Amino acid sequence: MARYLLTRAWQSALTLLLSTIVVFFGVRALPGDPALALAGEDRSPEALEAIRRHYGLDQPLPVQFAQYVERMVQGDFGVSIRTGTPVSSMLTTALPVTVELSVLAILLATALGVGAGVLAAVRRGRPAEWVANGMALIGLSVPHFWLGLLAILYLSVATGLFPASGFVPILEDPVDNLHHIVLPAVILGTGLAAIIMRQTRSAMLDSLSSDYVRTAKAKGLRPRAVITQHALRNSLIVVVTVVGLQLGGLISGAVVTEQIFGLPGFGKMTIDAVFQRDYPVIQAVVLLTATAYIVINFLVDLLYSVIDPRIRVTGDPA
Amino acid sequence: MTTAERAGAAATVATPVLAVRDLSVSFPTETGNVSAVDGVSLDLAPGEIVGMVGESGCGKSVTAMSIAGLLPGSARISGSVRLNGTELVGTREAALRRVRGKEIAYIFQEPMTSLNPVLTVGRQIGEVLQVHERMSRRAARARAVELLTLVGIPSAAKRVDNYPHQLSGGMRQRVMIAMAVACGPKVLVADEPTTALDVTVQAGILQVLRDLRDRLGTSILVITHDLGVIADIADRVVVMYAGRVVERAAVTDLFAHPYHRYTAGLLSASPTPGRHAGTDRLQEIPGLVPVLSVQPDVCTFADRCPAADGRCRESAPPLEVVAAGSTDHLAACWHPCPSPRSDVEEAHR
Repeated sequence: MARYLLTRAWQSALTLLLSTIVVFFGVRALPGDPALALAGEDRSPEALEAIRRHYGLDQPLPVQFAQYVERMVQGDFGVSIRTGTPVSSMLTTALPVTVELSVLAILLATALGVGAGVLAAVRRGRPAEWVANGMALIGLSVPHFWLGLLAILYLSVATGLFPASGFVPILEDPVDNLHHIVLPAVILGTGLAAIIMRQTRSAMLDSLSSDYVRTAKAKGLRPRAVITQHALRNSLIVVVTVVGLQLGGLISGAVVTEQIFGLPGFGKMTIDAVFQRDYPVIQAVVLLTATAYIVINFLVDLLYSVIDPRIRVTGDPA
Repeated sequence: MTTAERAGAAATVATPVLAVRDLSVSFPTETGNVSAVDGVSLDLAPGEIVGMVGESGCGKSVTAMSIAGLLPGSARISGSVRLNGTELVGTREAALRRVRGKEIAYIFQEPMTSLNPVLTVGRQIGEVLQVHERMSRRAARARAVELLTLVGIPSAAKRVDNYPHQLSGGMRQRVMIAMAVACGPKVLVADEPTTALDVTVQAGILQVLRDLRDRLGTSILVITHDLGVIADIADRVVVMYAGRVVERAAVTDLFAHPYHRYTAGLLSASPTPGRHAGTDRLQEIPGLVPVLSVQPDVCTFADRCPAADGRCRESAPPLEVVAAGSTDHLAACWHPCPSPRSDVEEAHR
């Protein structure tokens, strides 16, 4: 186990370094100049020069990179070129919003996707399956920004069931917080739920026709026990893989969803930063996203071994 | 028990534990109905081991599965399966669930795929006890250790926490058997229990089954295509062909004198030490088991039979007592083999 963890840590560090390099040079390769964006109307060469010097943009790129890595290792993400506030304090306000939104979306999508997938497999060829398949098709093919707009139109503006935009921190008022975030989370989770449903359904169909399910039936177990303890348990491995693979999509989805619902999260921060060529913010956001991705993938791998003893990393081989 | 004693025991058949009468099973498919089993009847006496033999696709497994109602809902089943006098065909699912695993238990061919890969063997054995005996998880686990010891698994207390992939093929099949006998079933249906195993392991598994019969008095229906297994373990044999029983006899009688041409062909197709040692080749039965949409009122073996004539293609032979002396030996053939097997082989050549 220790050896495995060490290998994983080493690989993660390498991935992080590479993503740092790519982002650092990538944003600078984009057309546009933060100094120009910042200078506004006053575009005199002197003013631009002063701005560049202030933010260290006049240094050669390798030097900038070295300085950036040095500061980052110390936990200093720099100062936003646009607003002048430290990136770390921007992150502390934006990150909880996105994390809450994503976690809630994953939970809802998994519950809905697995539930509908199991139902579709068990009730194969009956109305329940058609309904589940139809919902999945809609979930997959309708872009969620459009779904989000519809939801705002009908559930917020027309009926007033949910607030159309805004956010209340969970520590301030948990109920109001949930009220604000549940609709965006549902919208963000629809695509994921549809994918999970499709995968669960096909994995369940495989399991249900397997020999061990026949054995379970021959033992006289109730259908519920056969489905949950035997078939579903074996199908979960597929579900976990899908959830793991879809997280990248979820993060980009969160950017759009936050924009639609006006949530002050990561996504909004990223979009603003990219438009303003706010290098420190973009770098921090991408690095954090990469870290999150690595951590989540690691957790997914650990979860595999919990679900499937055959790929358990340690343990008595015989 | 010698084979002669076994034949004797079989002749004095007590009230059967399991009585199958005129069992027919068909499946609707896109290309029409497929008849898998047609009018099968057989009895299983207490403590008796009956072998059911036939080629792939002859309806052995479908018969086995239909006994405890394990076929998919699309299967159309008629006839009667009585367990100690209680009818099982057409019984409600809930009632059948109380029978499965408790009164009638199953062992399947592939011990690797038939065990759930993500649950420990102890859990899988314990599950049966928790469901049928209302045991606590802890008590079920303790009983699972005893059962594993009973089927000859060494250091059972350690093995109980193993997952199937950590065990060898033979061990896995022993686990399947432990699971099957957990509630002391009256009937054990073993569907090709040794087919997926090495020959050396096979002998061990058959020994476990025999032990269980001797110790617990379980009646066992062994389904196989391997006549060696039948000769080794069975008291009586049922030979199936294309969904029908073509011959039924005590094992010694059947091997000594097969009446049905198909049985004779099967026996000629399996090696016997000495007899085939020289230039003699094993006899093959030409052709394949037919897939039938409707069971025709003719002998379904006629197209592959060396003795078939017009009569075989006009009407189906009934399953009848073949010789006045042995009331327990039945065959369904218009032209049964006249005398011991050597003549049949002549006919084949």
